[in-house]
Amino acid sequence: MRIVIIGNGVAGITAARYLRKFSDHEIIVVSDEAPYHFSRPAMMYVSMGHMTLDQTKPYEDGFWKKNRIELVHDAVTSIGHAEGPYRSVELRSGSSIDADIIVFATGSQPAWYNWQGEHLPGVQGYVNKHDLDLLERNLVGTRNAVVVGGGLIGIEAAEVLHSRGLHVSMLVRESTFYRKVFPADESEMVTEHIARSGVDLRCGTNLERIVAGDNAARVDHVVTSSGESIRADLVVLATGVKPRIDLAQMSGIAVSRGILVTDRFETSVPNIYAIGDCAEFDHGVEQLWYTARAHGEHLARVITQGDGAYARGIYFNSAKFFDLEWQIYGTVPADSTDGTSVFWRDATSERCLRIAHNHGTVIGIHAIGIRLRQDVCERWIRKGQSAAVATKEIQSAIFDPEFSRKVTI
Amino acid sequence: MSLVQLTVPDSMRNHGTMWSKWKHRGLPAYFLALLFTGFYVLVYWFPETLKPLFRLLDPLSNVLRGSAADHWFLYGTVYTVAVIVMGVRMLIRYRTQRYHIYRTLTLMAVQLMLSYIIPALLMRIGSKEFYFSYFWPLKPEYLFPSNISALVQSDNGLLMFMGFWTIAMTVVATPVLTYFYGKRWYCSWVCGCGALAETAGDPFRQNSDKTLAAWKIERWMVHSVLATIVAVTGLIWWANIDPTSPIAPYAHEANRVYGFLIGSVFSGVIGVGFYPLMGARVWCRFGCPMAAVLGLLQKYASRFRITTNGSQCISCGNCSTYCEMGIDVRAYAQRGEDIKRASCVGCGVCATVCPRGVLKLENH
Repeated sequence: MRIVIIGNGVAGITAARYLRKFSDHEIIVVSDEAPYHFSRPAMMYVSMGHMTLDQTKPYEDGFWKKNRIELVHDAVTSIGHAEGPYRSVELRSGSSIDADIIVFATGSQPAWYNWQGEHLPGVQGYVNKHDLDLLERNLVGTRNAVVVGGGLIGIEAAEVLHSRGLHVSMLVRESTFYRKVFPADESEMVTEHIARSGVDLRCGTNLERIVAGDNAARVDHVVTSSGESIRADLVVLATGVKPRIDLAQMSGIAVSRGILVTDRFETSVPNIYAIGDCAEFDHGVEQLWYTARAHGEHLARVITQGDGAYARGIYFNSAKFFDLEWQIYGTVPADSTDGTSVFWRDATSERCLRIAHNHGTVIGIHAIGIRLRQDVCERWIRKGQSAAVATKEIQSAIFDPEFSRKVTI
Repeated sequence: MSLVQLTVPDSMRNHGTMWSKWKHRGLPAYFLALLFTGFYVLVYWFPETLKPLFRLLDPLSNVLRGSAADHWFLYGTVYTVAVIVMGVRMLIRYRTQRYHIYRTLTLMAVQLMLSYIIPALLMRIGSKEFYFSYFWPLKPEYLFPSNISALVQSDNGLLMFMGFWTIAMTVVATPVLTYFYGKRWYCSWVCGCGALAETAGDPFRQNSDKTLAAWKIERWMVHSVLATIVAVTGLIWWANIDPTSPIAPYAHEANRVYGFLIGSVFSGVIGVGFYPLMGARVWCRFGCPMAAVLGLLQKYASRFRITTNGSQCISCGNCSTYCEMGIDVRAYAQRGEDIKRASCVGCGVCATVCPRGVLKLENH
C-alpha cells in the first residue's frame, strides 16, 4: 500500500514515522516548503542567530532513507482519479504519484483581515520558511518595525526584531498582553516584562491601515485605531492563523474553516485523511504543536491498526515571552479570582503560579517563570485532586533546575 | 557584546552566535585556534622562546614557589587567569541560574587553590608539587609504584596524606560520588580541564559535532585511550614487581609514548587548541581516560540522568546545538526519553537554553 502525506510539518512527519513503526507500507511525504522537516517553533531561533536552519532539523538527513520514508520536494497542484481505487497526486514538476491513501497535513497560513496596504512590500507574516527567508530580505536597511497582534507568534516576532536591533512597536487589541488567555495578574506581569525588554507595547490598540511611502515602493508607516501614525519600514502581521485548505477544497473535499474530519481524521472522501492545523473536528480546530504531533501518531494507529476515535488528553501548552517561560496544564480561566484559584507571586522575582479549581477540585495549573512537571499536574487534574492538597504538595510538581529558589505558595 | 550582556535584564541569550565569526568557525576562530595551538607547542617543546614572558613572572613565582618562574609556572598562571577572567564572564552571563553560579565559583576556586596556589606553596616548603584535584587515570603517574609506594610509606605526614588521598579519591570517592551525582561532580565542578572548558570554552560550545558518526568515533577513541592507560599502568607495575621480566624495558617507553601522544599532543595542543573549531570538550569527549571511567560509571552505576518533562518538547534543537559534548539531546527529549549518556558532563546548559522547560538534571 502506498501512502502519500502532503506536508512535512510535525503532523505529517509524525504520521510518517509512526506509519513506518507500525507497518511496511510505502510512505511518501511531499512538501514544497523545505526539502527536510524542520521545527517550526524554532524559526525564531534561526532569525535571532541562535541556530542555523540545519540545526532545527529534528532528524539527521540520513534518517529518512534508513527508515524508507521518501521525501519529495515539490508542490501538489491537484488530486485526481487514477485507475481503479487509486488516486493520483499531481505535482508542479509534471509528475504524478498514485496513492492508496492520501493524508492532508497542509498546516495553516496567516489570517489577515483585508487591511488597506497589507500587500505592500515590507509587510509579511511569520509562520513558514518563506516568511523566514523574506524577513532576512525585509530586514536590510530596516530600523522601525511594527508587529500587529498580541498572540504567541506576535511576541516571537517582536523578540526576533528587537534582537536584530530594530525599534519595535507592538499593537495589541486587549487592554493588557494576552488578557484573553491570562488572568489579570499574569497578564500584567508579562506586559511589564515585555515593556521592560524594550518593546514599545501598545495595548488596547488595533491596526487601521498600512501606508506606503511617497513612491509607493514600500511600507512607510501604520495608522492605528486611535488615528496615531507609527513609523514602520517593516510590518509583521501576526493576527492568527487559519487552516490551509485550498488544495482540499479544489479536490472536492468538504471544508468549512478547516478540512472537515471525523474523530478518526476521515475527510468526506474515502481514503483521504486530514491531520494537524488544517483539520477541523466537530469541536473545532486544534492548532498546536502538541496536538499536531498527537494527530500524526493517532492517524498511524487508525490506518494500521484500525484504532478508534482520537480523544485529546488534558490540555497543555507552553511559550516564552522574552525571558519569561509559561506552562499550562488543564484549564485556567482568564476570569480566575481568589475564590476560584490559589495564586502565588514571588515578591522578589518575576515568578507566579496559579492553581485553578472548581469548588476546591483542581482543574488547571499554570506558571510563569516556574517549570512544572507535566505528569504530576495531569495526575492531579485527572483524579480531581483537592486544591488544598495540591498547594501543600506543590514541591512535587516543580521542575525547576537544582538550587532554584523555592516556590513558597 | 559584553556590554549588551551586562545591561539586558536576563542574559542567557545566544543572539547572533551563528553569525559570529569568532564563535562559529569564521576566519578569526581559525586565528584563535592557531594562537592557542602555538602557545601549547611553545610551552611543551620550545620553552626557551617564552623566557622573556616568564621572567616577568619571577616576582610572583618567588613569592608563591620560592624559586624563579619557568615555563610551567607561566602556563599555570595563564591557565588560571583564563579560568578566573572567563569565569567572571560566565557568572555574569548565567547570573539568573544558581546551578551555573555555584559550579562556576567552585571551578574557579578549585583551579586557583588546588591547581595553582597550593602546589606552588608545597614547592616552597620543599614538599612535593602535588595536585589534590587530579587522579588516576587523568594523572596516571599518581598511581605508578614509584609515586604511590613512596608516598604511602613516607615518614612525612603530608606526603602520606597525599598517598592516601590519591587512593581514597580514585578507589572510593570516584565511584561513590559518581553513583550519587553522575560524572558532573568531577567534570563540571572540580576538574581543571573542565574549568577551562566551562569558562574560556563557553563561547565555543556550539561547535561540537552532533552527528551519529562523531558519537561512534568518540566511543572508540575515548575507550581506546582508557584501555591504553590501563595497559601502561599494568606494565609499569609488572616491571616494578619483576624488574627482570622481558617486558620491563618497554614499560617506561610505553609510558613515555603515552605521555607524548595523549598527555601533551591530545590533551594540550589539540584539546585546547581546537576550542574555537570543535568546541571546548574535544579532549574530554574523545581523549580523557578519566571521563571514560566516569562515563562507564555514569551509564551503568549512577542515579544521575537528565529527565524529560512529558510531551512539552518542541524539537527546536537549542539543547543539541549548545551541548558541548555533542550529544543530540533533542533526539531523546522529543521522544520523551530520559538522557543517560556516558559522555554527559552535566554542565546543565541544555536545561538552561530549553525554551519550554523540558529538561532537568536529576539524581533519582
